[in-house]
Amino acid sequence: MALLKLQSLSVAHGDLDLVSDVSFDVHAGERVGIIGESGSGKSLTALAIAGLLGEELRSRGSVHFDGEELIGASERHLSRLRGDRIAMIFQEPMTALTPTKRVGVQIGETLRIHRGVGRRASQIAAVELLGRVEFSDPQRYARMYPHELSGGQRQRVMIALAIAGDPDLILADEPTTALDVTVQRKILELLDRLVREENCALVLIAHDLAVVSTICDRVVTMYGGRVVETGSVADIIDHPRHPYTAALLATSSAIAVDVESRGTVLPSIPGSVPSAGHFPGGCPFRDRCSSATSACLEFPLMESGSHRVACWHPLDENSERGSR
Amino acid sequence: MSKGRGWFVVRRLGVVLSSLVAASMLVFVFLNVLPGSPAEVILGTQSTPASVAALTIQLGLNKPIWRQYLDWMGGLVNGNFGVSYISGQSIGHEIHQALLVTGPLVLLAMLIGLVIGVPLGLTGALYKGRWLGSVVGGLSQIGIAIPSVVAGILLTVGLSIKLHLFPSSGFPGWQDPWGSLRALVLPAFALGVVEGAILARYIRAAVMEQLRSDYLRTARSKGLRRSQALRRHGLRVAAIPVVTVLGLEIASLIVGAIVVENIFALPGVGMMLLNAVNNRDLIVVQDIAMVVVTAVLLINTLVDLSYQWLDPRLRGRR
Repeated sequence: MALLKLQSLSVAHGDLDLVSDVSFDVHAGERVGIIGESGSGKSLTALAIAGLLGEELRSRGSVHFDGEELIGASERHLSRLRGDRIAMIFQEPMTALTPTKRVGVQIGETLRIHRGVGRRASQIAAVELLGRVEFSDPQRYARMYPHELSGGQRQRVMIALAIAGDPDLILADEPTTALDVTVQRKILELLDRLVREENCALVLIAHDLAVVSTICDRVVTMYGGRVVETGSVADIIDHPRHPYTAALLATSSAIAVDVESRGTVLPSIPGSVPSAGHFPGGCPFRDRCSSATSACLEFPLMESGSHRVACWHPLDENSERGSR
Repeated sequence: MSKGRGWFVVRRLGVVLSSLVAASMLVFVFLNVLPGSPAEVILGTQSTPASVAALTIQLGLNKPIWRQYLDWMGGLVNGNFGVSYISGQSIGHEIHQALLVTGPLVLLAMLIGLVIGVPLGLTGALYKGRWLGSVVGGLSQIGIAIPSVVAGILLTVGLSIKLHLFPSSGFPGWQDPWGSLRALVLPAFALGVVEGAILARYIRAAVMEQLRSDYLRTARSKGLRRSQALRRHGLRVAAIPVVTVLGLEIASLIVGAIVVENIFALPGVGMMLLNAVNNRDLIVVQDIAMVVVTAVLLINTLVDLSYQWLDPRLRGRR
């Protein structure tokens, strides 16, 4: 049985759906990547799972976690799961840590909340956790305030904080986006290693397929608040079927391949992501899609199977990529 | 870090001292360019040119102005506030007595302001968009709109004249602590209600900003409920703008005390100041101005020091 099962999850601001009809499963220990450009609804989906949406946002549909329904669950109930069984890593390490508390205290707090551990014991645990996220002098760093750390160090603190409660599921919302390129790889490797060691499930949100493909087993592509394609990493990378996934893939692999041929123009997806509420009806990608027809005025149903796509004109499953 | 901390205190004290000197010069110059000789006012209608001249010499008003300033300042530094032109009494003693009324009045008003403002502000932020939040917002709006004079008169009519719960005026003196406290309750309320309403709005804004912060969301992701996360992670940072406003509010409470003391016939600094102005007792006015300036400067310094205590990001800088 799936550890996490999303069925027709929608997130609305007033009458406006920012996330529509999102369904996918995450099994215990599985690593699922959600990709898509900014504004595709990835972060809102993660926040909706954890019940941490802003006051002005409402979620409907179903989020089943280990057999329990989380949509509509009380704050008290959700707060028992958060930190203990579901942990989050946020995008902005600069603002995600409390400026007035030492990082050791912030890491140890999870244990104090859920395990009833005392102040001293939680500090010993925090120092150990800082060691696990590769701080060379964890004793010293535990006494520091967030503003005394670099962005990469703060993000490692965030990771320590997330694994502190030994969760079953970590939701990582673009954990490397705000970091220097040189630090990004290190953080990803660390996250990858720790998630493996803890044997916990991971939902990794990224806008870059390259990031997801190195860590994850499966990929969910989102656009305009909808899931447009899901499949195994191999399926998606070798045989993308949705024109949007293919385009994303082209932009991310082009950077890796075409660095030397300076003359060529880097491929980009034509047009830009509309702001929320300005996506076209039907398939949200049809304005930017070269194969769009009148059929696309209707949002296509997702097919069933392990590699699924919501598109009236999917790319041929058997064609190798690059034949577009 | 401790050395940086010590330096900060030393530098702040330097700022306070130079501000005091600047303020004393301003106060002195302003009051001395006012028309009318204190000697004429004191002698009133029976004055003759000769008696005015004699009194002028007796008061030292014939000396050059810089000399008068230095005499006054020299006295202040030595704790000698001078002698009142009118009563002939030691001003230091009178101010001391008056401060024993105004000080507790302002403190009590601040306490009442906090007791009203903190819960109102927190409720307003936590229940924003719901009916309770709107009610709180409306209440604080009304509170701000009421001048303390009106609040004072309403309270007097309601609680003392109709219900006889508190005395409407007068002050028995601290040898009767219970009676004195009762005498201060209504005036403190008149001052504190407005203060509380203003505080409530600042607290509401500061707390709402915290509720939107990324780190409060992180705290909730660890398993704290919204109110717990706010209490443990948000309030300390939210306190910074609130402490700033509180510091400014104390200054305005001291000013408000002048009005309220006159309504309730309290023998505080405010009443003493008003009498001194009426009597052209310039040296008393100067002294009180300096006492108020000193109090405000000290409060501002405390506020600045509290920032460092509240927010580690501000330590060891400047």
